[in-house]
Amino acid sequence: MRDNNNKWLLLGSAAALALGTAAVASADTLDDTRERGTVQCGVSDGLPGFSAPDDEGEWQGLDVDVCRAVAAAVFGDSEAVRYISLNAVERFTALQSGEVDVLSRNTTWTATRDTTLGLNFTGVTFYDGQGFLVSKDLGISSAEELDGAAICTQSGTTTELNLADYFRANGMEFDPIVFDTSEQTVGGFEAGRCDVLTSDTSQLAALRIQLSDPNNAVILPEVISKEPLGPVVRQGDDKWFNIVKWALFAMFNAEEYGITSDNVDEMRGSEDPNIARLLGEDGNYGEAMGLDADWAYNIIKQVGNYGEAYDRNVGMDSPLEIERGLNRLWTDGGIQYAPPIR
Amino acid sequence: MTIQHKMIAPRPAPRSTVGPLAWLRANLFSGPVNSFFTLLGLYLLYLLLTPTIQWAFLNADWIGTTRDDCSREGACWVFVSARFTQFIYGLYPRGEIWRVDVTFVTFAALIAWLALPRLPYKRWVAVAVLVVFPVFAYFMLYGGHFGLPLVETHRWGGLMLTLVLAVVGMVGALPIGILLALGRRSQMPIVKSFCVVFIEFWRGVPLITVLFMASVMLPLFMPTGVSVDRLIRAFIGITLFQSAYMAEVIRGGLQAIPRGQEEAAAALGMSYWMRMGLIVLPQALKMMIPGIVNTFISLFKDTTLVMIIGLFDLLGIVQAALSDSRWLGFSLEGYVFAAFMFWIFCFSMSRYSQYLERKLHTGHKR
Repeated sequence: MRDNNNKWLLLGSAAALALGTAAVASADTLDDTRERGTVQCGVSDGLPGFSAPDDEGEWQGLDVDVCRAVAAAVFGDSEAVRYISLNAVERFTALQSGEVDVLSRNTTWTATRDTTLGLNFTGVTFYDGQGFLVSKDLGISSAEELDGAAICTQSGTTTELNLADYFRANGMEFDPIVFDTSEQTVGGFEAGRCDVLTSDTSQLAALRIQLSDPNNAVILPEVISKEPLGPVVRQGDDKWFNIVKWALFAMFNAEEYGITSDNVDEMRGSEDPNIARLLGEDGNYGEAMGLDADWAYNIIKQVGNYGEAYDRNVGMDSPLEIERGLNRLWTDGGIQYAPPIR
Repeated sequence: MTIQHKMIAPRPAPRSTVGPLAWLRANLFSGPVNSFFTLLGLYLLYLLLTPTIQWAFLNADWIGTTRDDCSREGACWVFVSARFTQFIYGLYPRGEIWRVDVTFVTFAALIAWLALPRLPYKRWVAVAVLVVFPVFAYFMLYGGHFGLPLVETHRWGGLMLTLVLAVVGMVGALPIGILLALGRRSQMPIVKSFCVVFIEFWRGVPLITVLFMASVMLPLFMPTGVSVDRLIRAFIGITLFQSAYMAEVIRGGLQAIPRGQEEAAAALGMSYWMRMGLIVLPQALKMMIPGIVNTFISLFKDTTLVMIIGLFDLLGIVQAALSDSRWLGFSLEGYVFAAFMFWIFCFSMSRYSQYLERKLHTGHKR
């Protein structure tokens, strides 16, 4: 899904025209950032669990934590971020024109975006994919039992296309019921107009909370599309690309080695060479990137490791309660994997 | 035959012609058909109002700070009260909110001074509103001087941003609109064609397109490293757009002034600007009050479109709050609140314009 509609194609061609300018805009982002004193981070203008202002007016979410991690790595201060809320259409322009340094706005990594827009994806913060939400009363435990079901979906997104593909591939019939907004989709599901609601799993979790009885709805295990979401930077500034990429990798590595925001100070004295290298006790990996030696320490101390960020924003400690699933570390049976620091 | 020398004491009118009962009979139950429709209307009103009142007041939850304080049987106004500061001031730093308060109280006081009759020095206050106040507001809201910390515009939001956009749009659009309207009636071909092209261009595109261009295309045309603040882009877009509409409203007023007025003024030896400023415009603007206020009200509501360029106006901040995972599912409360706020402002503008019309009603009827 994720705004893959026609408008986006139009923007793509407009943006491709502007590539000449875009390449120039990326002189030395690290220097610009240092001069300014803040990282300019493009986030969504409101997506549950990924970026939204809280009651105090502070931005919270998984995408927001990526911005904070980059700021912690560069400045040692995770608050040195200037958040710029972007909608789906203007996000790439904002990055190309230099209005933002990092785009961390639940953007799906696709071939077109990676190769034709003058952008680089730095990694995957969340493996998303299209899933199904059904009422528990139906007694269904797998998407393969959905033959002949009435399915509520949002119009104008790739969700519809993925759905048709999946059902055709499995030789099943379905009855699509299309709505314009996510609220209407929930309304249709509540009113019993359909048996199944389909959207990206991260969205399903947010939609589920809005049901009058969330406990009576269950998300099926099948995921029928690949939506890897990650931060994006401009092409042509490899130094900055490395920093954003490794800020994320540091969070994965920290979780793998069991370093959390609480125990990071004790871990500084650890004998484990992996931990010593990550926390800057051994080697000069920070300096090699143009950062301080304790770049990763600052990220872990102020933002936490990937697991902490996940649980706090979208996982079991948040109202969304999205299972880790694919987003577990490779050591726990997931596919989140970061190269070693050495 | 007796002659009465005293007046008979006045008696009250028959009971059936005065009082609420008589009013009811005359207006609501004057015949079987009207009685039927009155009752039907009352019944429909009952059907509509009972659940609304139950939802909004009787079953509603008012006290608390989190979603758990809401029973979800009725409206959860806790959502609005927990977010109230944010809805009004956006993401403006909490410690600096007094600056917004001071600015708007000053503005309200100045406007009240201008609006209430019989207060002196109106001319100077008007100058203060148009010249001194914008500078004052800039230093107060944006800061960066006189020891006030700088508050970047991306932290502005909520009702405050809506009002700032609307006030800048109104203050900018009216004078530009007047000049364009005069220009379009001008005899000078270049001025005239410029104004016609300008007005027709801006009226020909939707505001959403203008804002969209300003946010998506403009940054690509700017030289490297130069970026115009989003709020300024919105100001420019809204002002230019609304001034085109304003121009046509005012031109309508100008058309209605008989040609003789201007000719008589010319015969007295007045220059063009004196003729316009002293004779034609005062009459035209007075007649155009409903049209001008209409444009202002639509401008006020159009400011919600800045949502698409990532600015959090009142509606935008409500929507952003709705996407906080701790407050999912309270969209109805949020939208009702936003609608109520907009209604208050638009209704006040409308009432003030009616008052102004009555006050300036000299000579001809509306």
